[in-house]
Amino acid sequence: MKTFVAFIRKEFWHVLRDTRSLVILLGLPVVMMILFGFALSSEVKNSNVAILDYSNDDASRLLIDRIDQSQYFSVKERLKTEAEIERVFRRGEARLVVIFPQNFQEDLSHTNQVQVRFIGDASDPNTSNIVINYASSIFRDYQNELNEQKKLPYTIETETRMLYNPQLKSSYNFVPGVMTLILMLLGAMMTSVSIVKEKETGTMEILLVSPMRPLLVVLSKAVPYLFLCFIDVVIILLLAIFLLDMPIRGSLPLLLAESLLFILTTLSLGLLVSAVVDSQQTAMFLSLVGFLMPALVFSGFMFPIENMPLPLQIVSNIVPTKWYYSIVRAIMVKGLGFSYVAKQTLILAVMTVVYLTVAIRKFKIRLA
Amino acid sequence: MTKSVIHTEGLTRKFGDFVAVNAITFDVKEGEIFGFLGANGAGKTTAMRILCGLLEPTSGKASVAGYDVYRQNEEIKKHIGYMSQKFSLYENLTVRENIQFFGGIYGLTRKELREKTAVLIERLGLNQEADKLVGSLPLGWKQKIAFSVAILHRPKVVFLDEPTGGVDPITRRQFWDMIYEAAHEGITVFVTTHYMDEAEYCDRVSIMVDGSIAALDTPSGLKKQFQAESMDEVFLQLARGAKRGE
Repeated sequence: MKTFVAFIRKEFWHVLRDTRSLVILLGLPVVMMILFGFALSSEVKNSNVAILDYSNDDASRLLIDRIDQSQYFSVKERLKTEAEIERVFRRGEARLVVIFPQNFQEDLSHTNQVQVRFIGDASDPNTSNIVINYASSIFRDYQNELNEQKKLPYTIETETRMLYNPQLKSSYNFVPGVMTLILMLLGAMMTSVSIVKEKETGTMEILLVSPMRPLLVVLSKAVPYLFLCFIDVVIILLLAIFLLDMPIRGSLPLLLAESLLFILTTLSLGLLVSAVVDSQQTAMFLSLVGFLMPALVFSGFMFPIENMPLPLQIVSNIVPTKWYYSIVRAIMVKGLGFSYVAKQTLILAVMTVVYLTVAIRKFKIRLA
Repeated sequence: MTKSVIHTEGLTRKFGDFVAVNAITFDVKEGEIFGFLGANGAGKTTAMRILCGLLEPTSGKASVAGYDVYRQNEEIKKHIGYMSQKFSLYENLTVRENIQFFGGIYGLTRKELREKTAVLIERLGLNQEADKLVGSLPLGWKQKIAFSVAILHRPKVVFLDEPTGGVDPITRRQFWDMIYEAAHEGITVFVTTHYMDEAEYCDRVSIMVDGSIAALDTPSGLKKQFQAESMDEVFLQLARGAKRGE
């Protein structure tokens, strides 16, 4: 036990003295939270719009005003001919062109039917989709106002309520995502790199001829990272609460306990890598490609897993990040209790045990 | 008659078909400085790893400090010191921290550690540098510290794997003074080297060729046996016959 303490103290010296890594370890979550929180918003504001208005009547002017007043658009240009549309897009002067036909108001009031054309720049498909949705809703609102004056024979009104995240804040999605990614990155990569480093510099040999058990050598290397990862979880949660106004609806102790479990999972993954690999570069590469990519793709944080082809959906099940992500969302966003995340917890626990067992086995083989 | 600290009999280690160490038999006596020579690839490192309890032999007998390498390798580890050709201290820890860490993993108490650290730093004349990072010190100093750390826990045997590689002649000389001192205090020294002048400093020398011990005697005995002027000639005569390259 005394030797174990001596060892862990030395590991802390290592970690604390390596200022650059420490800055990355503790700065990365802050940077990611701020980036996702403020810079990477899925809202598209202040898109430039060009208008081609053939009718130039009250109705069309009203609608153009509304478009211009909306926070999503600003009307930049009035076009005269269809030929100009091409030019507007080529020069990137507008994301959207709205075309009102001749006799817009007359047709609307007499035949009850009129067509407006939206032309979007689909070289950026996501943005143009979003922009067109915003524009459509302005027209839909206008239509609804007209309909209030005269009764239509049949109407179905849909009333939408978004549960758990009524304002559709993106932080509800990315905070659990950032937590998952950070832990995966730091837990798996930092541990494996730090162990492989001892192999590279030759100090591992000295440790192995010492009376310390090899297993203990390896486990104690993971201890400082356990602390650091936990600190990162706390940092992320504090930022989420105080900077992004995101509440933690479920139990905080449960969330922390689950995070601890996931940290253990990632640390065991790191140990597994270091058991197989002999150079720091390989360890780093393996962690990035082998863990971070799948973590990004298969956690459900960026791409919905339900939309993937079946084989990929099956693959996603063996990626630990998927389970942790769903646990964090369940607890933080939905406020669910342990019974709802028991399955995921069990899966993570089993994964941890498996990784750890394989890692220890591997270490023993190498030392035989 | 002093008792032997390392004892091997027909010690063999195979990797598949390759016989890295082929039935070597030798004894090293307490307090002796035993030179373990051989060209690269002759099997020195494998033999040393077996004696350190890192590798199990395929067949044959071996004991170190009275403990059997098959069954008691954990005991062996407590009674040996080890220093490798690769630099074996932590560069981003200070001299003091390195001493405390290695003392700590050999189970020295806090009080012992404090005393030994102070004595060691004094003796190495490192009062100014004690709290500097090891990485900032010259190689010769590092190797001296590494040796001191390797014998900090008073092991029965200390294994030195090419300890003076890349070190200047003056520092090498000082290093060997430290080795003599340790041997004088009763620590058996088992050292591999490629420097033949260092081989002359040893009490006895064995030369490995292709996994076997080709010669084993005192340096003067070897020179007589091979009618050579220096250990250099002895070594070349033997090593030229080797079939295995690097």
